[in-house]
Amino acid sequence: MNAEQPLLKVSNLSRFYGGRIGCLDVSFDLWPGEVLAIVGESGSGKTTLLNCVSSRLQAQAGRVEYRMRDGRLRALSDMGEAERRFLMRTDWGFVHQNPADGLRMTVSAGANVGERLMAVGARNYGQIRDTAVDWLERVEINTDRVDDPPRAFSGGMRQRLQIARNLVTAPRLVFMDEPTGGLDVSVQARLLDLLRGLVSDLGLAVILVTHDLAVARLLSHRMMVMKDGRVIEAGLTDRVLDDPREPYTQLLVSSILQV
Amino acid sequence: MSAIEGIARTNYAYLDEQTKRMIRRAILKAIAIPGYQVPFASREMPMPYGWGTGGVQVTAAIIGPQDRLKVIDQGADDTTNAVSIRAFFEKVAQVTVTTHTREATIIQTRHRIPEAPLGEGQVLVYQVPIPEPLRFLEPRETETRMMHALEEYGLMHVKLYEDIARNGHIATTYAYPVQVAGRYVMDPSPIPKFDNPKMDRSPALQLFGAGREKRIYAVPPFTEVKSLDFEDHPFTIQHFDKPCALCGSTHSYLDEVVLDDRGGRMFVCSDTDFCEERREAGHVGELGVPA
Repeated sequence: MNAEQPLLKVSNLSRFYGGRIGCLDVSFDLWPGEVLAIVGESGSGKTTLLNCVSSRLQAQAGRVEYRMRDGRLRALSDMGEAERRFLMRTDWGFVHQNPADGLRMTVSAGANVGERLMAVGARNYGQIRDTAVDWLERVEINTDRVDDPPRAFSGGMRQRLQIARNLVTAPRLVFMDEPTGGLDVSVQARLLDLLRGLVSDLGLAVILVTHDLAVARLLSHRMMVMKDGRVIEAGLTDRVLDDPREPYTQLLVSSILQV
Repeated sequence: MSAIEGIARTNYAYLDEQTKRMIRRAILKAIAIPGYQVPFASREMPMPYGWGTGGVQVTAAIIGPQDRLKVIDQGADDTTNAVSIRAFFEKVAQVTVTTHTREATIIQTRHRIPEAPLGEGQVLVYQVPIPEPLRFLEPRETETRMMHALEEYGLMHVKLYEDIARNGHIATTYAYPVQVAGRYVMDPSPIPKFDNPKMDRSPALQLFGAGREKRIYAVPPFTEVKSLDFEDHPFTIQHFDKPCALCGSTHSYLDEVVLDDRGGRMFVCSDTDFCEERREAGHVGELGVPA
């Protein structure tokens, strides 16, 4: 893996909802191991952009290219559906804001973690289960909960389980949509801590959508500020937060509650 | 439409010829793509859904006057469902009926495969309640069809994983999912998993009809049918502690029959024709009487 070359190249991506703009003319590169935060107010197009990049939503214009494990850069639109879905469940992860969207609520935690392994052909129950137990440990879930369904888990545990489920195939790129939304602050703090550890240990590249600037500051290296579907400012996280240039970014940064 | 004694008569084998052609086209497609569920325009039949409307339509589309038809329900020739479907085809298709597996050219079945090995030229027609093996794991039909198309069958193993995690072994005992010809995962209809090995490379043609769900699928003769499992939890069939109480068979699927209200029970072959043939050949179980 050549760290000099971007993992993901997004060029001029646009998506409209009828006459309205979802996101407009967005371009950026993402390097291996880099955490990019997309911030902005509700309705600014953060999630639309995330969904278009992760090909969960069809963009109307623009290109998304991804560097495959063999080092070749390939446009997602040129891949077949089967290949794209295979990529999504092996080399990529997607962490939803609501864990119920990303988990199978009726099957056990172990099966939730093991599903991706079984999807790529793991057929040894003992090994699948050992891997699942190992991952529960890594996300700080008691391993005696391996046979409990996520329904019996608290919000924070569900979110950690969702993360384990995504990371089990050793993806290189993870999309996160407000991973700490809806959690209380102490649980948030632990989750952020865990995420920060995993991201640096595994060298994950992450695209993180959040409206919480504190989360962005803690996790991300680089940051894009969106407003009305456009990227209005981008740069290193510290630079953007300490020296915001656009009036809107200045407003956003000054709106943080100081305790 | 011809009239006999002033009463309007239905077409041969009840369905009109256009409908039969439509069903035959679906059957041909199903045979061409083993295990793939082919949608078809299922008709209303003079019986409620769940009583074999799919199987009856498939049988009606393939039956001719020269055929000999056997109908079984849970292995038995003499239960309501089997008797009435047999009588139905006797009436509307003027066909010879039989209870002997070896004599039949078409065997319509609900939830069993006969014990006697099937031969070339025989057709086994299954009645299927829910053709989609992924239904209870993924409720969206659009999504399950996509999963079949892309051969994404990891979810099927999630179900088996859950079984082992909860029960220590694969607890699915009927409608045990199979993979056909190394490609499509298929619901073999609610036959006991005891019967799954009989589907593998069977010389008989196996047709599956689901009337309510409007799907037909097929396993052509001599096609590989593999039951899904894990390397360290391989597929096994049920074994019975006792032989059949009537014929003494040790290698057939047994039904438990409660005899009284003091815990008395007996185990007998679920395949009545198989049991009778054995008794005629002189085999006697512990509760049986010599023929």
